[in-house]
Amino acid sequence: MIETRDLWVRFGPVAAVRGLSLRAETGGWTALIGPNGAGKTSALRALAGLADYDGEVLLDGQDARRLGRRSVARLVAFVPQKPETPPALTVAEYVLLGRTPHIPYLGGEGRRDREAAARALRRLELEGFADRPLGSLSGGELQRAVLAKALAQEAPVLLLDEPTTALDLGRQQLVLELVDALRADGLTVVTTLHDLTLAGQYAERLVLLDEGAVVAEGPAAEVLSAPNVAAHYGANVRVLEEDGGVFVLPVRSG
Amino acid sequence: MAATAGTAEAAPSVEARGVGLRAGLVTFAFLLAALAVGLAVGPVHVGLGSIVRSALSYVPFLHVHQPLGAVDRAVLWQLRAPRVALAALVGGMLAVAGASYQGVFRNPLCDPYLLGVAGGAGLGATLAIVYASTAAAGGSWTVPLAAFAGAIAAVVVTYGLGRSAGATHMTGALVLAGVTTATFTAAVQTFVQQQHTQQLQNVYSWLLGGFSTATWHDVAICAPYVAAGSLVLVLHRRVLDVLSLGDDEAASLGVDVGRARLAIVVAATLGTAAAVAVSGLIAFVGIIVPHTIRLLVSTSYRAVVPLSLLVGAGFLVLTDVVARTVLSPAELPIGVVTAFFGAPFFAVVLRTSRGAR
Repeated sequence: MIETRDLWVRFGPVAAVRGLSLRAETGGWTALIGPNGAGKTSALRALAGLADYDGEVLLDGQDARRLGRRSVARLVAFVPQKPETPPALTVAEYVLLGRTPHIPYLGGEGRRDREAAARALRRLELEGFADRPLGSLSGGELQRAVLAKALAQEAPVLLLDEPTTALDLGRQQLVLELVDALRADGLTVVTTLHDLTLAGQYAERLVLLDEGAVVAEGPAAEVLSAPNVAAHYGANVRVLEEDGGVFVLPVRSG
Repeated sequence: MAATAGTAEAAPSVEARGVGLRAGLVTFAFLLAALAVGLAVGPVHVGLGSIVRSALSYVPFLHVHQPLGAVDRAVLWQLRAPRVALAALVGGMLAVAGASYQGVFRNPLCDPYLLGVAGGAGLGATLAIVYASTAAAGGSWTVPLAAFAGAIAAVVVTYGLGRSAGATHMTGALVLAGVTTATFTAAVQTFVQQQHTQQLQNVYSWLLGGFSTATWHDVAICAPYVAAGSLVLVLHRRVLDVLSLGDDEAASLGVDVGRARLAIVVAATLGTAAAVAVSGLIAFVGIIVPHTIRLLVSTSYRAVVPLSLLVGAGFLVLTDVVARTVLSPAELPIGVVTAFFGAPFFAVVLRTSRGAR
């Protein structure tokens, strides 16, 4: 469980996040949505401890600032929008780097670390890829390796910054399905997502940010109304509700 | 190894390759061979067997008879051995520092002189040669000390300049600050040099670098810094792999990126400054050795850092043998040799391993 109370992220005189209070429950999927510059990524980085903030971030009720960097890393795994995947590292070496918060600063992996990495590889069906260099993987396999590294971290909270950016439709679904399966295992998932239809289908709770502040939150059917999208994205859309899903379709104006 | 214990299914082998037994043995053998060649080759021929027996005769309780006469012994242990030892220390340090700089700045073109070590050392040495040599005649300490101080001062300035640009763009800012410092110190150094053309030869030969005047004294000055510096860097080999994922990911894995970077830069800089102080500026070792290992063994810093140390040591010992034998009794500047043989060798490695990546 991860929670923020009155979270502010400032860059000099500009506040990117203004008083965000949110609560992501264990086994739930919360999506931060909003137009460009709304503060989604800044909020996520603050949750990961990567941005300075005012206010509180609570991990299982404990103040993240008091926990220290390594303890936070054992509780929160973060996947950036474009993760670095050094092409000559093997999948095994890359996934083992996810064990860093469990290993002493100048130490090496032990048996438990190798077992955790092996479990992560198995969970993402990468067993046969352990000795393959990252550079030889297909796009989909690489996405799985990235998730396996995050999973090997064995943190109960998984943060993903725009996990579908620059992926084609099939890969977007693949990644979100994988994340959904990990969530079903009991992980708390928080993502930023710019595709509203995908956000509505996978996350059970949406938090709509505009200019750093929460302007709507709740299930997709409540947040993704045509007036909301028009007011905050400046977009002309039609919203369809079918089979329990919410579909946001852009409509050419005029 | 023990990955199957405790898990019901057969677990895949999840190991970081690290150095690997074969690469480790080959590298170690290369270093030993280089040391043997370095000791055996020279105007006075000493056989390998005699070298080994002569060395063992200094070990108490073994009662090995000293096979060499007084002259041969002096040539071997007072002239050649310190030279070989110093070349090994400097070569290992420059290679391991180059590998670490490339890792910490995530830039394959970084060399150990990146943050202004070379410019600062060059300026320090030039000032000492021009202004101090007449005042403190016979002060063999003055030039290395001034070079060391100049190198450290330049890196401190670079780091201060880089930090003031803000932590978010630290790596880029540091590289730019290094270029700024290097340019400025080079300008001052050239100016001083032009004002004292009678010392041009001395300054120039220091800048080119070499081991022709190496003594056990130099080895003793340089060894502690090289030992401490390379130990810290070897201990950071896994941290360097984590840093290769970028600052954000490293931080989200619990690494204090700023502190790790500072520890690595301080260790690499102290070792490099000590190496430069006793040998001058020897180009290319810090780039060619780590990249050869990346191309032939692994790009993981767990392999690159320790192997760079061993291969760099052997490489510079062999280079020095070439430098002192090709035009014997005259000597080639060692920097010329490292580049002359290193560049084509590296070109071959680059070509043949194109497909391997």
